[in-house]
Amino acid sequence: MFSSLRQLFRYRALIQSLVARELKARYRGSVLGFFWSFVNPLLLLLVYTFVFTVVLPDVHPRELEPFALFLFCGILPWSWFSSSLLEASNVLIAGGNLIRKVLFPAEVLPIVTVLAGLMHFCFGLPILAAFLVYYGVPIVAGDLVWFPVVVLVQLLLTLGLALLLSALAVHFRDIRDLLSNLLTLWFFATPIIYALSQAPSSVRGFLTLNPFTHLAVSYQEVLFHAGPFTAWPRLLALAAGSLGVFAFGYFVFDRLRDTLAEEV
Amino acid sequence: MREAAVEVRGVRKTYRRYGRRKQFGTLKSALLGGRLLRDLRPDETFDALRGVSFEVAAGRTFGIVGRNGSGKSTMLKLIAGIGRPTEGAVTVRGRVSALIELGAGFHPEISGRENVYINGMMLGLSKREIAARFDEIVGFAEIERFIDEPVKTYSSGMYMRLGFAVAIHVDPDVLLVDEVLAVGDEAFTHKCLDKFAEFRRRGRTVLLVTHSLDLVTRFCDEALWLDAGVVRTQGDPRRVVDDYLQDVARAEDVALARTPVAMPAAEAVSPEPMIPEPVNAEPENHEPTHPGSRTPDSGNEPPDMFKAIEGRWGSREVEIIGVEFVGGDGRPAHVFPSGNPLEIRLQVRANQPVTDLVFGVGIFNAEGVCCYGTNTKIEGATAGSLAGAGEVRFAIDRLDLVEGSYKLDVAVHRENGAAYDYHRLLYTVRVTSRLREAGIFRPPHRWTFSGGIRISGLQP
Repeated sequence: MFSSLRQLFRYRALIQSLVARELKARYRGSVLGFFWSFVNPLLLLLVYTFVFTVVLPDVHPRELEPFALFLFCGILPWSWFSSSLLEASNVLIAGGNLIRKVLFPAEVLPIVTVLAGLMHFCFGLPILAAFLVYYGVPIVAGDLVWFPVVVLVQLLLTLGLALLLSALAVHFRDIRDLLSNLLTLWFFATPIIYALSQAPSSVRGFLTLNPFTHLAVSYQEVLFHAGPFTAWPRLLALAAGSLGVFAFGYFVFDRLRDTLAEEV
Repeated sequence: MREAAVEVRGVRKTYRRYGRRKQFGTLKSALLGGRLLRDLRPDETFDALRGVSFEVAAGRTFGIVGRNGSGKSTMLKLIAGIGRPTEGAVTVRGRVSALIELGAGFHPEISGRENVYINGMMLGLSKREIAARFDEIVGFAEIERFIDEPVKTYSSGMYMRLGFAVAIHVDPDVLLVDEVLAVGDEAFTHKCLDKFAEFRRRGRTVLLVTHSLDLVTRFCDEALWLDAGVVRTQGDPRRVVDDYLQDVARAEDVALARTPVAMPAAEAVSPEPMIPEPVNAEPENHEPTHPGSRTPDSGNEPPDMFKAIEGRWGSREVEIIGVEFVGGDGRPAHVFPSGNPLEIRLQVRANQPVTDLVFGVGIFNAEGVCCYGTNTKIEGATAGSLAGAGEVRFAIDRLDLVEGSYKLDVAVHRENGAAYDYHRLLYTVRVTSRLREAGIFRPPHRWTFSGGIRISGLQP
């Protein structure tokens, strides 16, 4: 496994080029081109804002105002997470020709999907910053230093799951269909359109078992809520857990590596 | 002896074949039944390679030949490192580049230029190495004008040429080639062959999997014949190719020998009833045996080949009950070298004594052109009769036809052409030749040169 990781490091230029290709190829032929990276989260946000301020104006408590900003803090990282996993579950099957015919580390493919997702996430950040400024949310530098840490933990967790899912999906194609439904459930089991404190205490225990809960709460605390970042012990625990998930995902991928070329 | 660049030791490669159960037994059933591990185990296995061992010395060009499905490509993939042998070991010294699937990593939406970089990096080159070779790659692929267009606008030839150019410019120590020389026009093929020659001169090792036996004998220092996953022969390319060709001829022989089995079936599908020829038929009237387009060829008029369908018809007062083709060695065969003898033997039986009897044969090439047709009447026979059984032998001393498959008619009919038993195109023989002349007929001939003309290497 460690030799595989070292070999992967040698392919970093390839990963870099593939991520760039992914971003370029994605919007080629569309009129707005790169702007879709900004427009997509904006439109998504508009939908949720419409639902929660026009259709259901009274379901969120006062301390979550401005609700659009609160939503944005959770939705932006979530769409990175969910789209990465969905794409990763298909990436080896779609790239089957490569895996069967060209000798190169196959884990490059799911890693590239996750990193391309990260880039889209980063393109959404200026929009988020604009909202922060627009609503006059006080920005605390001490909190903001935690932001890259949260992103890093999410990256590690997403990479681990993407590796695991991509390799397993080759053997069990139904993972792809299962996953899209599971992600819907996962979305609602994460405090993104509500605050963790709103959930009944009986459910809250269950919600804290969800790793993404801690990520969402961290984003909200760092960006939305005033006051110092208090969730850091949980974030660090999650960091350790994510490292474990990554190691496990990579281990499984490494074990299934030889079967991939025959099964895709 | 030089150090081996590729070493293959006792390699077995087993592929799993999953039965019906596995195909429908998905994650859900695996989890529910707790059979995850059991389901991952194959139902059946299939050995693509068994006990394969060979060595390729550095700097040699090594050819692998064999039928489709004999394990050639599997072997190449194992050497390339795509997949591991189930048993045994494959050792390769130096950088490997595989011309297996050209342009496998190309993304249709981005330009040729970017694809060259990404493809090169996938094959193990660094960015700087690619930049240094970029112009050479594009020049080799002959697509300078289109290099900044998206790859999806390329023709399939351009696509393959670019893939080939990238793979060959990886500058490997061991180059694996799997039947990819068919990617371009003649000029491009020559360029590829020149590139291989350059590889050889620089002491690189080339492994070539191909069906072009000519290429193997011309280019390879050594060859290997794989048959159903087992090494049949290995060594001098000419010998290996000869062994292989002989085996192919034997197999064709066996396959062709089965053809007459189809005879009753052809008869069964014939929609027309078998009408016995009226006894009072006008002798000069070449009336068809039965209505329809299948005019039986009596041997003295050109057959309408576009209407010809293989089949069997006739009144069966006399029947052809056995047909055999015999070569110069006196043994039945279906493959005959051009210029060798061929004897057609017909076993016939009269179901009732007849006194109006003509035997005929016809040879047709794959395009349906009658190469030769004759019968006993054409050749002057004035009367014939048969009671009981007998054998007819039609001996050709020299089968002077060019290489190809030929279909044969054999028939026994009345003098007026009404068939007793007509076998239309039911038999196939194959004529083989080392040469590839054009046409149908190969007259025995020789070239003579005089004056200042020097021609050498003519095959006798």
